[in-house]
Amino acid sequence: MPIEVDGKTLETDEEGYLVNLNDWVPGVAEVMAKEDDLELTDDHWDIINFLREYYEEYQIAPAVRVLTKAVGKRLGKEKGNSKYLYGLFPYGPGKQACRYAGLPKPTGCV
Amino acid sequence: MSDTKNFMFLNRRAPYGTIYAWESLEVVLIAAAFEQNVSLMFVDDGVYELTKGQDTTGIGMKNFSPTYRTLGDYEVRHMYVDKASLEARGLTADDLVQVEWEDWETEESVDNIVEVVDSDRVAELLEESDVVFSF
Repeated sequence: MPIEVDGKTLETDEEGYLVNLNDWVPGVAEVMAKEDDLELTDDHWDIINFLREYYEEYQIAPAVRVLTKAVGKRLGKEKGNSKYLYGLFPYGPGKQACRYAGLPKPTGCV
Repeated sequence: MSDTKNFMFLNRRAPYGTIYAWESLEVVLIAAAFEQNVSLMFVDDGVYELTKGQDTTGIGMKNFSPTYRTLGDYEVRHMYVDKASLEARGLTADDLVQVEWEDWETEESVDNIVEVVDSDRVAELLEESDVVFSF
């Protein structure tokens, strides 16, 4: 189902992930969050930006376990746990945050 | 933990042209989630998988070589490269990517888990593994 962002129509797959990673603009995350009735805060953006940087560097979306450890290291130990991440992204930090960040679904994420 | 096994992923093919190298890497990423002892071995044309500075624009495939550099984050502790295979292709350890490993709890770290080993050691390591996946 395509989504409308900043007046452009962007193609997504059957699970709602962007088909073309280069289509991503911050508005993508805003539009997707709105559909999920979620308001994005700076804490959400910290995770989304981290995911985009990780993908840029390693060309994959990190597994949740890797994401959790990396967040703990970069943003502080109190945030490096799945409770904190699920609090921000109730549909699962891997799946939901990667979708907002315009990345493919993490490998090994079923 | 008694149900932890030593998994060895044996990579013998060039990174592109067939799907083997990428498939192997994907299985490694998945296996790491099951908290097993995962090691990788690169022999024959498989050593090309770890070379630095790959550029795939000409063949229209995704360059997945940067992904090897995150394997330390996936708790892979050892990546072995067969010395004879490297030498036969005019390569040295300097041509290969470096992969850092760090225990984020204890901050214990290893600068580079990529290790060049001789054929005797290759045989020994394969022998010691509980499960060998060959790609």
